[in-house]
Parts: sequence; C-alpha cells; structure tokens
Amino acid sequence: MSKRDYSLFGPDAKRAVESGLTAAEWYHTEVPRKVMKDLMARSDQPAIRDTIILYGSMVLFAGIGIALWPSWWSAPFWLAYGVLYGSASDSRWHECSHGTAFKTPWMNNWVYQIASFMIMRNSATWRWSHARHHSETYFVGRDPEIAVMRPPEVAKLILNFFGILDVIKFFPNLVQNALFGPTAAEKTFVPESEWGKVQKVAIVHLSIYLATIALAVWMGSILPLMVVGLPRMYGAWHHVMTGLLQHGGLADNVIDHRLNSRTVYMNPISRFIYWNMNYHVEHHMFPMVPYHALPRLHEVIKDDLPPPNTSIAQAFAEMWPAIKRQVMNEDYFIKRDLPPTAKPYREDFHHYVPGMMPPAAAE
Amino acid sequence: MPWIDACSTSDIDEEDLIRWDHAGKTFAIYHSPDGEFFATAGLCTHENIHLCDGLVMGNLIECPKHNGQFDYRTGEAMRAPVCVNLKTFPVKVEGDRVFVEVA
Ligand code: FES
Repeated sequence: MSKRDYSLFGPDAKRAVESGLTAAEWYHTEVPRKVMKDLMARSDQPAIRDTIILYGSMVLFAGIGIALWPSWWSAPFWLAYGVLYGSASDSRWHECSHGTAFKTPWMNNWVYQIASFMIMRNSATWRWSHARHHSETYFVGRDPEIAVMRPPEVAKLILNFFGILDVIKFFPNLVQNALFGPTAAEKTFVPESEWGKVQKVAIVHLSIYLATIALAVWMGSILPLMVVGLPRMYGAWHHVMTGLLQHGGLADNVIDHRLNSRTVYMNPISRFIYWNMNYHVEHHMFPMVPYHALPRLHEVIKDDLPPPNTSIAQAFAEMWPAIKRQVMNEDYFIKRDLPPTAKPYREDFHHYVPGMMPPAAAE
Repeated sequence: MPWIDACSTSDIDEEDLIRWDHAGKTFAIYHSPDGEFFATAGLCTHENIHLCDGLVMGNLIECPKHNGQFDYRTGEAMRAPVCVNLKTFPVKVEGDRVFVEVA
C-alpha cells in the first residue's frame, strides 16, 4: 500500500512532475464548437438576480437576528444568515475567481473580494491555488485544495463542518501574510509579482476583524461577531457538505475528471447556495461554462459521464463508506461504471505513476 | 519574413478563432467582431494550453483552462492567472484568403 505525502515540497509532488503527470492532457468529452460557444457565453443578468437575492436575504436575516437578540428566537435567523455567509460565499468566491459569474469584470471582482473576506481566504492567494486545483486536480502533493487527504482523518472532517480547523489555520496565516507576505508554501503557486497584493489584502481583512473585535469589547457583547466572523463557523456546514462530495472517495492522480469528480442532483435551495457546482464533473471538464449554463452542459454531455448521484443523501451513502475504507486502505477509491454510450475511462496514464494508483484498488 | 496562406476568411466565424499549425509551430487566428483578422501564438503563456477551445469576447481571448485573458490584437495579458504577454503575428487579407507573417 502506498503512503501519500500531500506536502507541496514532498516526494509525491516531485514524482508527479517527473512522471509527466502534471503535463499530461486531461480527457474531455467532445462537444461541437458551436454548442460550446453558446454554453460559454457570458451574461450579467442571472448573477445580478442571484446576488440581489443573496445580499438582500443576508441583510434581512441579520437585521431580524439583531432585532431579536439575545432571545433564542433569533437563532433560526442566524442559522439562515450563517449559511449564506459561511457557505454561499464559498461558491461565489469560486465562480467569480473563474470570472464566469458575470459578464462585466468589475462585478466579478467585487463579489469575489466580498466572498473571499467572508469565506476567510486571501483573495490574492486563492486565485492561484484554484488555478492549480484545476490543472492538477487531486494530484497528490500538487493540488493545494484537496479536501479529503488519504488516509482520511474523519474527526477533522467532522470538525470542519463548523469551520473549526479552517478558522484555526486562517488567523495565524492572516497575521503572517499581513506582516510578512505569503508563506513559503504559498510562494510555490503565487507568482512573485502578486506577493505584495497578498500582504495588502491580509492587512485589510485583519483590520476589519480587529475593528469588529474592538466593537464587541466596547459593546460587551458578541453580537458584532455574530454578523462578521462567526458565521464562517456556524454557517460552514453546507459548503463543507457539498465540498466533500466534489471529489471525496474518488480517484486521485488521474487525468479524467469522470474518475475524480462527482455530479450530484440537488434540491433548488442547495443549488442556489452552491451556485450549481453540484455539476462538478462538468465544471472541471469545461471551466469556461458559467454556473447558470451548467445544467444545459450536463444535458449535452451526460451520456459520456457516470450516472449522477440522485441526491445529497444518496451521494453521502456512496462516499462515506469509501472514506471510512480509505482510513485502513488509502489506495481504495470508488470507480463508477460508465453508461454504454460513454468513451472508456482514460486510464493509460496510471501505469506511469508507480504505486500512486494501482487500478486493482478500485471497484 | 514569409507571408503564409493560412486559411479562408470564411473558415472562422466572427468573434471566434481557429487553430492553425505551420512548420512545427501552432498559432491561433482570430476573426474579430469588427471583421478584422489577427494571429497569435497558439499556446497560453500560463500553462501551454491551446487557446483554440477558448472564448472570444470582443477583443479578448479567454483561455479554456483557467480563464486567463489576452487582448489578441496586442497579445497583452489582461486577466490572472496569465502574466506573460502572448506573441502576435502580422496578418493580411487578400481576397478571401488570410495570410500570416510567421517569424
Ligand atoms: S493555461 Fe491559460 S490561463 Fe492557465
């Protein structure tokens, strides 16, 4: 059984480069150029509508929460506000970092900056880590956004439903970024020309947190932190739940997104919060397609993909036992059957990465 | 520098591009919304992905891999993660043929 090293400086990172894995070409379903052009077309209207609904609801829920504070009657409003702050911000951050949410660049940038603050990510750093996540999705030692490392530490995954580990990691990093710029690991994927920006963003974020804490101390109440900061914890569960499903239990070190990503049909509220990223195979294969066109893209290519999971619960029922099995055997992963209409999985590359993904480990 | 007959004007839709390979090199040829033609190196300067599957929006080409953008008229890198400009090549149209001056 192989032992994975997720460090960006470790032997697996080196092996991924030396073996040619990082330079290999990913599998893509064939889509006629005209159809793809139509799917890629940008528009402001859907994202403006969704952003008004999102920020409008946040103001409303937080307003009622503040009005009813400190009564327990305020709790449901905080829970609703928290999910929008601590989970919907993840999908807004994501889509706007691709620049596909809006047609107008400044709108993408504004929503990206606000979402980055709420989800506690440095907007200048994470743009680059996400580029790496797309080029080298789930390559061990290369992808800085692997949510489930093998062998999985189940307790840590559960703690993160409340953002605990993310937040504990975030603040020392924020202070370090504000004082000295990017860390050594961040410097591996952020180009030098952007290091100053990383520091500037960190100073702005840190100042907002310090001002919020000062206000809380002055008021003698945690209320300001209920609005800024804490919702990243009490509202994180939805983005962690959907985020785990993106790649959890599936293959790593492969060059076919049908093997390492999961598409899940979801209820409309979760799809609003998640901005259609439940079509995750589609998004990885064609990151140019905006979130609002992903359902259409799904219809176009679904015959070439493994059947989607039919609900969040059904997807968890598939993923969770696999994660538990990976605790004992980190080479284990789920390999879903393709429909007869699909091209076979692109597995040729696995043979060049000894020990990383023995096909026999799959089911 | 030689002018090479690359393609017909009708080979590229308006506001679109095609891939063109010549003498072991790969290029992208664009048809702008104003009806003009341009040529650049074919591969994105970020990670060597071919731009031919990308999206032309006005004077910009968006790379299909990480959504980096270039102004294809000047090659200027316009949106992260691309930082290095794209090489451009002179283009002329004679009749219905598009010629590229390859360096
Ligand atoms: S390869 Fe073109 S933007 Fe990354």
